[in-house]
Amino acid sequence: MVEFVDIALLVLLGITAFSIIRQKNLFAAVMMAGIYSLLSAALFVVMDAVDVAFTEAAVGAGISTILMLGTLALVGHSEHQPQHRPILPLFVVILTGAVLVYGTLDIPPFGDASNPVHHHVAPHYLEESEHEIGIPNVVTSVLASYRGYDTMGETTVIFAALVGVLLLLSLGPRPGRVASNGRATTTVRERDKAVSEEGMEEAQGDTLQVSDEENTLEDTNG
Amino acid sequence: MTALGLFNYWAVIFLMMVGFYTLIARGNLVKKIIGLNIFQTSVFILYITMGKIAGGTAPIFVKGGEDVSYSNPIPHVLILTAIVVGVATSAVGLSLVIRIKEAFGTIEEDEIQDESL
Repeated sequence: MVEFVDIALLVLLGITAFSIIRQKNLFAAVMMAGIYSLLSAALFVVMDAVDVAFTEAAVGAGISTILMLGTLALVGHSEHQPQHRPILPLFVVILTGAVLVYGTLDIPPFGDASNPVHHHVAPHYLEESEHEIGIPNVVTSVLASYRGYDTMGETTVIFAALVGVLLLLSLGPRPGRVASNGRATTTVRERDKAVSEEGMEEAQGDTLQVSDEENTLEDTNG
Repeated sequence: MTALGLFNYWAVIFLMMVGFYTLIARGNLVKKIIGLNIFQTSVFILYITMGKIAGGTAPIFVKGGEDVSYSNPIPHVLILTAIVVGVATSAVGLSLVIRIKEAFGTIEEDEIQDESL
């Protein structure tokens, strides 16, 4: 039974991924990516990784989709037809795939308890963590205690990413000010002034754009 | 479950190559980031597949279950970290896309190249 669910989910994942490539409307592609994340969360449940499943469902299907939709609201949602023929990328991809398939041929069989991956520290965690840490969920014990430095590094990465996003979005002109020739027209001085005036409104650029449109509507009406 | 053999790994490779293709063949920057996410999720599936033990259950202790076999918790922990870091990196990527749109007025790779000549 588990095999059938596993195969069905993997086939659905393949179909979804393929239709993401074919899809020209980016809104549809983003929603497909959300479906893809949710399907992979279901696959993680089948594979006994329940903690990973709910993180993927919340973060992968939820937050990423919201971030992408927010981006699309600012940058537009139609993808142009690629001008060059995709023969070279297709060749590279098929070659890489063939090499990887060759690499799987001597991988230990799926689901075997005697695989090398199950023989290092994993038995220790499974046998001792209940006494050493006192939490029934082994994943939590490993995440927060045995490999606590990993989690600390992770928070450092998230902090760096947050700083990066804030710096990228809070400098420079507002999206509505892109000139018709494609270049931003504001000078550095104007830009600095704009930043000091607007500050963090940049992050909510989509609502900002809507209100701009409303303003212009009112202007034309008046 | 052992009857599956290598099917999971091949499915992972297929998904990985679909993501890779989107990343290198498509000119739209948002599409590239979606491709990167597909690639990333396929790596997650690869790790979780390695941790699975046939007939095992989730690594949460069952009361009185002495002969229960649990799946390997280590890949789960690694992938938990990777998911969160993945979202952080795509957030940075998406804000770069927004900045590129502001500077060039387009997010298509070939148009950006024409623009910067």
